[in-house]
Amino acid sequence: MGYTVTEKILLAHSDADHVEPGQVVMVRCDVVLANDVTGPLAFRQMEKMGASEVFDPAKIVMVADHFAPAKDERSAILIKRLKEWSLAHGVVFYDQGRGGIEHTLLVQEGLVLPGSVIVGGDSHTCTHGAMGAFSSGLGSTDIAYCLAFGEFWQVVPGTIQVTVSGEKGRFVTGKDVILAVIAQIGAGGGTGNVLEFVGAGAQALSIDERLAVSNLAVEAGSDTGIFPADEKTAAYLDGRTDKSWEPVHSDPDASYSRKLAIDLDRTGPLVAKPYNPENVVSVSEVAGTPIHQVVVGNCSNGTMTDLRQAAEMVKGKRVHERTRMIVVPATQKIYREAIAEGLIDILVEAGASVSTPTCGPCFGGHTGALAPGENSLATINRNFKGRSGSPDACVYLGNAFVAAAAAVAGEIIDPAEVVP
Amino acid sequence: MIATGKAVVVPGTNVDTDILYPGIYLNIDDPELMKPYLFEGLDPSLRDQLVGDTVLVVSENFGMGSSREHVPLAMKASGVRCVVGSSFARIFYRNCINLALPAISCPQAAEAAKAGSEISVDAAAGTVTVDGREFSAAPVPPFMLEMLERGGLIPWAQHKLARS
Repeated sequence: MGYTVTEKILLAHSDADHVEPGQVVMVRCDVVLANDVTGPLAFRQMEKMGASEVFDPAKIVMVADHFAPAKDERSAILIKRLKEWSLAHGVVFYDQGRGGIEHTLLVQEGLVLPGSVIVGGDSHTCTHGAMGAFSSGLGSTDIAYCLAFGEFWQVVPGTIQVTVSGEKGRFVTGKDVILAVIAQIGAGGGTGNVLEFVGAGAQALSIDERLAVSNLAVEAGSDTGIFPADEKTAAYLDGRTDKSWEPVHSDPDASYSRKLAIDLDRTGPLVAKPYNPENVVSVSEVAGTPIHQVVVGNCSNGTMTDLRQAAEMVKGKRVHERTRMIVVPATQKIYREAIAEGLIDILVEAGASVSTPTCGPCFGGHTGALAPGENSLATINRNFKGRSGSPDACVYLGNAFVAAAAAVAGEIIDPAEVVP
Repeated sequence: MIATGKAVVVPGTNVDTDILYPGIYLNIDDPELMKPYLFEGLDPSLRDQLVGDTVLVVSENFGMGSSREHVPLAMKASGVRCVVGSSFARIFYRNCINLALPAISCPQAAEAAKAGSEISVDAAAGTVTVDGREFSAAPVPPFMLEMLERGGLIPWAQHKLARS
């Protein structure tokens, strides 16, 4: 019996001589990531372990993005600790103004290679599966162990093969692909599995869109969402890394725990209603819902592709008087590129507030919290109760076209009605 | 390892990490200081039931969402000795095992338990006893059992360092 891409990567990063779903293996890490929330907690646990040295400073990256820019003294202390620890151990540290949101940043910087293993103290570390890596979120004690020993225990997951076919409609994006998957299998439907995306429809997705798809794999309960590397991956990495890498693909006789099909010809723009990402409906089913805040950005949809989509919707228009629009370019590089391309001017002219890269408005940490009774349409990944502020607010998830269209209309609306 | 305590029933399926411990309190890194925010988005009054040793009784896909270890850290600091439910989200489950907080899948026991029920969990034997009635739990894989018995990933790491 052959192996899936995930099984091959785990096998190559362990001492096991074979792997199969359900088996527990120790897996070696190529990149260990943490942020200002999970890093300091991991450092505490590492101290308790009695470990004073890291396994390999060149394989560790720390990013201040959650409470950065520091919203208060307590947050400032965490960021300071992250920075001092990084300096003391000689690991890469991205401070505010120098990096951006961790997942978009690491991919952009060429730190994520196909066939590699990346773990992060952040559940959306699954994002890196877009590059053909095994990437997964872990808690801080796990991360402490990874910092000290460069490995973690992992239950070899099964693989759910998702075959994407057809062509995207005008306002359909990667976000809709993953929302369609979550709608099919539910918020716990991927537990104990990875999602593997194959087929012409998957290969047609750009890296930016693949990032959005993989980012929400954890919202189906999956360990990660993986796109086997192809020519798009190779083109993206060209000039970003001088390390060699080999694409890893599943064997033709690999075994899958489940197979799903997503037909893009039959998929329109989708929205996930509160308070669970599995509550997926078509835009038309929730059209007319008043929207008080729109957020375009975060680790799922803060790329140039997303900013272009948002700018296209609001160009020459005004954000509705009922609505606040917040745009968060995911990294400093994206921010500058969006300025150079004129996107930021279009967005600001329309009445959007553009933020420095931060996770703040997504997780309800700061800069963009919701009041009771308010509705948000956001390109983020979670619409849990209280996710972005008050537990009596509602978050709807959608792609950047859908979000920006709602900003203009002040309510959920088919983007085709805003830009015919 | 055997864990015992009074049942605290956490209602609902797909209970996520954000309602268990809202994001705004993530800039706290001392477990003692996390305790006042456990269940904050779900039902803060559940905290009043966390007196002495307790066992949380939960449903399906408990702990979905974030990797925030604040959730099981605040639970442990509040006297929670075990979590019994139908199923658990992956990262929450890992975090529990790493902190030596058994997360046991036993839907029948979870169904039978009421607030205040006396619960005893024997992870190695794979049994959950609720007010004297014994139920069979899904077996805990040997690796996780060993992790629980050693006291979690911190003693595991200490042991590894001592050997090297």
